[in-house]
Amino acid sequence: MKAEMEISRDLFEKASFEDRDAEKIKRPSIKYWPDVWRRLKQNKLAMTGLILIILMCIMAVVGTHINGYKYYEQNLNLINIHPNSDHWFGTDELGRDLFTRVWYGARYSLIIGILAAAIDFVIGVLYGGIAGMATRRVDGIMMRIAEVIYSIPYLLIVILLSVVFSTAGAGTSMFVLIFAMTLTDWVPMAILVRGQVLQLKESEYSLASESLGASKGWILKNHIIPNTLGPILVNITLTIPRAIFAEATLSFLGLGLQAPKSSLGTLANDGLAGLAVGNAYQILIPAIFISLIMFAFNVLGDGLRDALDPRLRK
Amino acid sequence: MKKKLSLLLSILLIAAILVTGCSKSPDDPAITQDPDTPDTEETSSGTKILRTNNGSEPGSLDPALAQGTHESWVLDHTFEGLMKLDKNAKLVEGMAKEYKVSDDSLTYTFTLRDDIKWSNGDPVTAEDFEFSWKRALDPELASDYAHQLYYIKGGEAYNTGEGSVDDVAVKALDEKTLEVTLEAPTAYFLELTAFYTLYPVNKKVVEANPDWAKDAKTHVSNGPFTLTEWEHDASIKIRKNSNYYDAASVKLDGVDFTIIDDENTTWQGYEGGEYDLLLPLPQAVVAQMKANDNPELVIGGEVATYYYNLNSKVKPFNNPKIRKALSMTIDRQTIVDKITQGGQIAAEGVVSFGMKDENGKEYRDGVGQLITYNVEEGKKLFEEGLKEEGMTAADFSNFSILYNTSEAHKKIAQAVQEMWRTNLGIEIQLENVDFQVKLDREKAGDYHISRAGWIGDYMDPMTFVELWLSSSSFNDAKYNNPEYDKLVLTARSTADQKVRFDAMREAEKMVMEDMPIIPLYFYTQPFAQKPYVTGVYKPLVNYPKLTYADINK
Amino acid sequence: MKKYLLKRLIMSVITLWAITTITFFLMHAIPGNPFAKEGKMPKVVYENLQKKYGLDKPLSQQYVIYLKNLLKGNFGESMKSRVETVNDMIRRGFPVSAQLGLQALLVALIFGPTLGALAALYQNKLPDYISMIIAILGISVPSFIMGTLFIQFIARNVSWIPIGGWGTWKHTALPSLALAMMPLAQMARLMRSSMLEVLGQDYIKTAKSKGITKPAVIIKHAVRNAILPVISILGTTISNLLVGSFVIEKIFGIPGLGMFFVKSINNRDYTLIMGTTIFYAIILIVMLLFVDIMYMFIDPRIKLTKEGR
Repeated sequence: MKAEMEISRDLFEKASFEDRDAEKIKRPSIKYWPDVWRRLKQNKLAMTGLILIILMCIMAVVGTHINGYKYYEQNLNLINIHPNSDHWFGTDELGRDLFTRVWYGARYSLIIGILAAAIDFVIGVLYGGIAGMATRRVDGIMMRIAEVIYSIPYLLIVILLSVVFSTAGAGTSMFVLIFAMTLTDWVPMAILVRGQVLQLKESEYSLASESLGASKGWILKNHIIPNTLGPILVNITLTIPRAIFAEATLSFLGLGLQAPKSSLGTLANDGLAGLAVGNAYQILIPAIFISLIMFAFNVLGDGLRDALDPRLRK
Repeated sequence: MKKKLSLLLSILLIAAILVTGCSKSPDDPAITQDPDTPDTEETSSGTKILRTNNGSEPGSLDPALAQGTHESWVLDHTFEGLMKLDKNAKLVEGMAKEYKVSDDSLTYTFTLRDDIKWSNGDPVTAEDFEFSWKRALDPELASDYAHQLYYIKGGEAYNTGEGSVDDVAVKALDEKTLEVTLEAPTAYFLELTAFYTLYPVNKKVVEANPDWAKDAKTHVSNGPFTLTEWEHDASIKIRKNSNYYDAASVKLDGVDFTIIDDENTTWQGYEGGEYDLLLPLPQAVVAQMKANDNPELVIGGEVATYYYNLNSKVKPFNNPKIRKALSMTIDRQTIVDKITQGGQIAAEGVVSFGMKDENGKEYRDGVGQLITYNVEEGKKLFEEGLKEEGMTAADFSNFSILYNTSEAHKKIAQAVQEMWRTNLGIEIQLENVDFQVKLDREKAGDYHISRAGWIGDYMDPMTFVELWLSSSSFNDAKYNNPEYDKLVLTARSTADQKVRFDAMREAEKMVMEDMPIIPLYFYTQPFAQKPYVTGVYKPLVNYPKLTYADINK
Repeated sequence: MKKYLLKRLIMSVITLWAITTITFFLMHAIPGNPFAKEGKMPKVVYENLQKKYGLDKPLSQQYVIYLKNLLKGNFGESMKSRVETVNDMIRRGFPVSAQLGLQALLVALIFGPTLGALAALYQNKLPDYISMIIAILGISVPSFIMGTLFIQFIARNVSWIPIGGWGTWKHTALPSLALAMMPLAQMARLMRSSMLEVLGQDYIKTAKSKGITKPAVIIKHAVRNAILPVISILGTTISNLLVGSFVIEKIFGIPGLGMFFVKSINNRDYTLIMGTTIFYAIILIVMLLFVDIMYMFIDPRIKLTKEGR
């Protein structure tokens, strides 16, 4: 039995340095997020959107303090003043400085959009995550419920809800608006998350990691979360403008924020009256800012989607 | 795959045809209106049709069921009461030829004209009137304006379910004679007979078809025009009634109303030449037309007062000093000059201009200015009031001004809020709700300050003064002053004009001394009319009268 | 397939029931009542009205009665209009909203994908920029602003276009266009990205290399494949057009369903609120089902065995 397994030295030959490099991954390993960021940076439109959003956020905070007026401060002797060196965006029908009011309004519009998206995110991820991890039966029931909720006409329920709550006492508060908007809007997020979780749970690489001894937590942290986060992020950037849009529409129906508080939507609605009498700036200025925000979030969302899409990875 | 695509497209197409196609049934607006589009051409070739807009769909074109201007504007041109307003806005006999009033001012005997007919040819009889008024009072019908008939003896009891219809003191003595007995002497009863709730309906038609007023085809009226077309939420057309006894005075061949509620949209339409006459106008437009002295702008008078209720059941609004202080620190002149901008008059009391007193002079001149703007005095009163109630200015941030959702009310509320902030240092909140909710909460006393307006029902100061009787259902401020009640009841029960007006003047002074409500301004009703339109006038208690209008193109 | 359809049908009924229930109780939670008015209403009159509309019964009983009537297709009497029932109003309002919505859909379907395809074909050239500017405008300008601007700058200056109202096809031109902007923009964007993807596929390259001229390639292969994502959003687009038209209807004074809905809420017209909401929900559900089936016709890869949407 003792076979001649003598391994002679000359069976081996000395490896050259070139061969050693052949095993090595030549390209430096690129981490996921820096890579996404790198690709996003190449997308000029998306970057414009991002910069716009950052600028808007900064101005929403500091913009109301720049030219020394308060958003509620009226000067009934200076009503409907067209933009000039003192009132950069002119004044409204009550002689209030529109520059200050626009930034004040942008603040509320952005808060509404961001909070709505945050709530969608939390509920959607929890609900979707639970459904995805749960047994088939529970998953099925949860998804049916979500579908029923989603079949409720969105704006109708928002209107109904804001009427129910806003007249129950405190006037139309921002939170009522946000609550009404998120009530049905979290469903796409939940469906998205569930789909991702299901897919990833079964995917070969998480199976591979598991068989290589990786813990569930490790898989979750290193595979599932990063891979789900992309689509979620895209969804968020598109939820924000949708909420801002919905709020503007509600303003038009008289269900917006309580005066003298303002959002860009209520400002545009107030400005409608000015159009017929040559005060078009009263509607155009808020309209431009609404559009800018919509534009910025939409192109950023698009850019993110492209940047996250691994198929485009080169 | 190609097959499937074309199949899909045809499904889409069929769906589209089905859905839009079912709208092409013969009685559908989409098709019935087409043949009528040449109307505008007709206008230029001789037919005189006045084009205007009725702000919202009438809830009913049955006079007994009408609720407001969007019904009454059409009714006022299609029906006529016992009395009417003539070309010069003077109250004259309408369906009645003559009337007699008994010495105690309680019994009215009307004799009808001989040549009056319904649009279907039936004669208008005294029995029609008796039937119509009793019908409007019928609790089963649930008419909104039944209280306009409470002046008739037994009317209120019947409507509230406490009396019988047989005790309502209105009676057709014969085909042409109507006798009415009132509960108490009512100086403005004659004028009320020109109000839409008291218009007659055709007894025969109504009894035969309870749905008669729902369709232009079955609608029967007795006024200068008759309803010929009613497309819900789209348009109403009325045409000259050839059976009308005074048809010779009617120059128009008809009036076309569109039904669009957006003021900005209809204003664009007026500018684009789609209307000959238009109201209401956007505030900003009125302001601009006024600034430019635009001759197309007519500022119609109105007897109406815009005011804020102060809920006297809530601390500190129970304190007259606080109430007066709040009133004194509102700059009404600035509100009418800079915000409402439609020629409104800063309020001088609760009764608006336009009423005549016992000597036929302007009522307001006899009472004078009862409201002052004085920030210093207001501040002083406010401090005293706060001390009495043990409150601070900071407490006011818990209170709010309740108003029904509308751009105009919002602007005024914001201005008042800001005036109080700068003058009194209080940060009061605003709250807008739907009209139905505002009414509900006012009734329940669930508010602090609420916006309200009162449009006079008839041309007598009583229409305002009686509002704050402690028993009045319109007394949302919950004002309760026995002396005030006594004055109003005195004025109501006497036929002596001097005593009556003295009591009302004193009552108004008293209510402005206690300030349970804060009057802001007296309304106007601005409207726009093209230069070729003539003969339109604005009755103080109603929309413009088009009966005697003419188009001179 | 039968099994699938049956399942979907059952789900739809459950959904409808859920919506009916939610709306019913939400609505009764709204403060204010339909009969509130200035001044006093005699007690008898008020009670008569309550009785007439069954509001005097306990809420649970009202609910059961309502469901029974609903099964018979009866939405009840409007509490505000003394002229029409809720069924009358829906019968009158829906064709208007539907015509408006379908015209808008047609506009969007014709121009949206066309613009998107052009943009993809001329990527980073002028047509691309122009169509993307239109798309961005469509997505970023709220419809109430768009509608107002249309009236101000188009209707006032073009004499044959009426400002508002409803009647002839001329009345429908501007509102349809205003309503179409949003879906048009969405479709253009979708079409552009899916077209770009398809154009990069091997089979297009193969077709080209086989000597097929460019337009033929585009029409025969690229467009037909690229349009799939556009069709997949058709269901939500249609229901958005039908449900979301109330702003446009309000601005242009169009007597459609959307206007009824807004009015009914303002007036607390309970029966009309219920009627419009349920009717909308039915439309929405039917449309979603319709699109699923349609999608199957177009894309043979999709079998209706998949669950959900």
